[in-house]
Amino acid sequence: MKLFRIRGGVHPEERKVLSAEHPIRDIPLPDVLHVPLHQHVGTPAQPVVERGDLVKKGQQLAKDDGVVSAPVHAPTSGKVIGIGMFAAPHPSGLPVRTITLKPDGLDEWAELPPPIDDPFAAPPEEIARRVAESGIVGMGGATFPSAIKLNLRERCDLHTLVINGAECEPYLTCDDRLMREFSEQVIDGARVMAHALGVGRIIFGVERNKPGALDALRKAARPFPEVKVAGLPTRYPMGSEKHMVQALTGRETPSRGLTADIGIVVHNVATAFAAYEAVRHGRPLISRVVTVSGGAIRHPANLRVPVGTSVRALLDHCGGFTEKPTRLLIGGPMMGQPLPSADVPVVKGMNGLLALTRREAPDAMAMPCVRCGTCVDICPCGLVPLDMMAHVRRDDISAALKIGLGECMSCGSCSYVCPSHIPLVQYFNHAKGRMKVMAADEQRAEGSKALAAKRAERLERELRAKKEMLARRKAESAKKKRAAKPPPETMAAPPKAAAATPSPPETEPPKTDPTMPLANAESRTAPMPETAPAAPIGDAAIAADEAPTGAVEVEPLAGVTVSVDDPSGPALATDAALLRTLQEKALEKRRQLDGASAQPEASNVHPAETGKGGKDDR
Amino acid sequence: MSGLTPLVPAPFAHQGGGVTRLMVLVMVALTPATGYGLYLFGWPAIFLFLVTVLSAVVFEALSLVVGGRRVGPFLGDGSAVLTGWILALTLPPWAPWWIGVVGAFIAVVIGKQVFGGLGQNLFNPAMVARVALLISFPLEMTRWMQPLPIGTPGAPGILDGLAITFGGGSGIDLDALSGASALGHVKTELDRGLALPDILPSVASWEALGLGQVPGSLGETSAALLLIGGLFLLATRVIRWQIPVAMLGSLALAATLTHLIDPARYPDAVFHLLGGSAMLGAFFIATDYVTSPVTARGQLIFGAGCGVLVFVIRTWAGYPEGVAFAVLLMNAMVPLIDRWVRPRVFGRTATGKPLSYPSSKEPSDG
Repeated sequence: MKLFRIRGGVHPEERKVLSAEHPIRDIPLPDVLHVPLHQHVGTPAQPVVERGDLVKKGQQLAKDDGVVSAPVHAPTSGKVIGIGMFAAPHPSGLPVRTITLKPDGLDEWAELPPPIDDPFAAPPEEIARRVAESGIVGMGGATFPSAIKLNLRERCDLHTLVINGAECEPYLTCDDRLMREFSEQVIDGARVMAHALGVGRIIFGVERNKPGALDALRKAARPFPEVKVAGLPTRYPMGSEKHMVQALTGRETPSRGLTADIGIVVHNVATAFAAYEAVRHGRPLISRVVTVSGGAIRHPANLRVPVGTSVRALLDHCGGFTEKPTRLLIGGPMMGQPLPSADVPVVKGMNGLLALTRREAPDAMAMPCVRCGTCVDICPCGLVPLDMMAHVRRDDISAALKIGLGECMSCGSCSYVCPSHIPLVQYFNHAKGRMKVMAADEQRAEGSKALAAKRAERLERELRAKKEMLARRKAESAKKKRAAKPPPETMAAPPKAAAATPSPPETEPPKTDPTMPLANAESRTAPMPETAPAAPIGDAAIAADEAPTGAVEVEPLAGVTVSVDDPSGPALATDAALLRTLQEKALEKRRQLDGASAQPEASNVHPAETGKGGKDDR
Repeated sequence: MSGLTPLVPAPFAHQGGGVTRLMVLVMVALTPATGYGLYLFGWPAIFLFLVTVLSAVVFEALSLVVGGRRVGPFLGDGSAVLTGWILALTLPPWAPWWIGVVGAFIAVVIGKQVFGGLGQNLFNPAMVARVALLISFPLEMTRWMQPLPIGTPGAPGILDGLAITFGGGSGIDLDALSGASALGHVKTELDRGLALPDILPSVASWEALGLGQVPGSLGETSAALLLIGGLFLLATRVIRWQIPVAMLGSLALAATLTHLIDPARYPDAVFHLLGGSAMLGAFFIATDYVTSPVTARGQLIFGAGCGVLVFVIRTWAGYPEGVAFAVLLMNAMVPLIDRWVRPRVFGRTATGKPLSYPSSKEPSDG
């Protein structure tokens, strides 16, 4: 199959050999499972069980909530012993809502939805619904609810399904093992998804450093002419969906767009496997394969782990550490995230658990940029990282945006090659966090402006109404000279009196309820509280005045759309607040490491003060 | 186990190496030409080289102390040694010690540290120093020596060498041993109205020019050894091909064109490539990371500009050699080049607009 060139990329030492030849094994059921309700991009799931409930394996614990969400199921049978907050597998270690399950050891299945006998005869909606009900999310790490991507056929002209088996991150072998041991199931899942998408072509993209997986897939794909298996050059970040699509089809996804805009949907191999399980067996996504590896792990392995199992249990199962690791992280070394603790649960998007030694992940002091240009050469997105870094260091986020910060997918290739060991991608993540805050601020400011305008309009209207009313009353009283009592409430509460006036005066007939069209006209900031038409004008205005804080929150959906095309960016990209916490901590750490380095760091606190030059060496 | 490992962000991998490694590789690449230059020009050259490199390091250390920076890591990056080294290679080999000291001061303090240190300077520090010296001390900076390899009759010994470099009577008549560089000689004779065919026989042979057995700066004369060093840098990916190829290519092109037009007035490309410090400039000076563009296309423009300027200065300006001026002039263009020449962003057109595809149901390939 003809392949196409992609720009840049790096070739980090693979180190997959540590775990590549270890078949997938099950891990014994742990004593307790902590199942987070937010294992996906979007809204957290809502619990449908209560403390003390007995649940069966595969039973729904929490239902999806909103458009972008995914349900969560019981990984085994047992008793719900708590619904509360528990540390998430995230660098911040902040707790998220979690259901704690005490397994009963029977591992008894619940009554599952029946298998879809002939999925290729079933309507696409049914497949998508099953995938949604099974809680399947993008398992390459992006954890975007998969059913939404299956429904893209409604929006885009699709022609190809790409199954991402690149696994370009070093160390990770879970997808490799899955493709080797379950090639038929993976291909079946992919074909079912292709049917749901209504596309006639499936391409598997697998890096050539996995000949076993390529062989197995090719063999399993033989009966299906629509399935092609392509061996891709081993180059990070081949697993970025836009780059994989380019390598496979030569088509470049437009900036800010989705691969679906050019007719292609990308799913991970593990997602395809999960779809197979859901459609053919009715099994929801309750476990996943995790690579446990790294130089500090005694027995590296690929384990099928029930969601909610403690990371510590995985480490223990693999024989613990041979030496104290200097890094404990989830995901791969290029884009993974450090773990603050081993007492966090495994989640749907966790493909690797690595414990690295000092030799594997050396610390190095950041030195000044020497403008060698290597980062420009290798940037897969065609950016100039050193310039963006310089802008971010000066806290000039908009200048960084202008030269393409928004296109950076945080793959980390620039940091990987930088001879000065500058944490480039950290600058960019920091800037992206700032960007979100700035956007939110701007939205809020616009909202306030709109409200202020509305308020001015209302005051003017009230004034006019008052004047008209006074004029009318005057006219009336002049006409009916015998009427001896002027309306006292006019003076006491003019707006109410105005509002209470049964029918508006002839001078202003169309403005019976002026708040409504006005609100619509200014509805740049979407969820402005609508005034009930019947409400008195005065009250409506007050309600509107109260709005600015709550009503103009950042639209969560905006973040979500970004994540669709986020190749393997885990929860990182989704949660600005957590991200910033991490960055602050990390920056502080880096600063400590650097000691009195001459590398001024972009500080979250007072970035303006860290300009280049004199202040370099604290 | 809480707080098991520090919360340093990804990536948790690095391809290895660092700035120091790059600097050391450049020094390795410079070693053959430098060693040969030191051998050719003997003890005075060795002393001048040591004085220059040592002063560069001392000035760097002083600057770091004054600037309140950590001396260790910054001195350890090797950039000061390299700056002093390259500066020494561009000096007349028998120049007095203070030329080296003043040069090192200009290069390290004025050329680099006042801009903020490594990575911040706009101009190549060694070239700033060389040009400043040339303008300030034209006599000392244009006294070229005939090669007198160590051990040959008439070559200065250690004591004579010390005397030549550090002053004091050496009993060696410098003027008797001096000679003109090839470029200087040709320029002088052309200015006197002679035609090239009459001049060239009195210039050293191509082989001598290629090997460097001619009067000239300490390390610029051996084009062949510099080329070997340059190829080593290319092979180790310390430098990219764009700047040297564009610079030598444009210089050769300009020389060839003019030579074809008037062979009596314009020397050919070989003379330009071998006769001066074109090789040193193309592989070791113009390729300085800090003062050259960061994109491949930008480097092509930069290199071509250097080559053309070298030719223009050598041919029509007052100085016989123009590499230092050319590099400095192009250094000044680098911010502009880097601003204009950028890679195309993924998913965007060359003008920065998002790509657009006609919506099509059919795949475009097989």
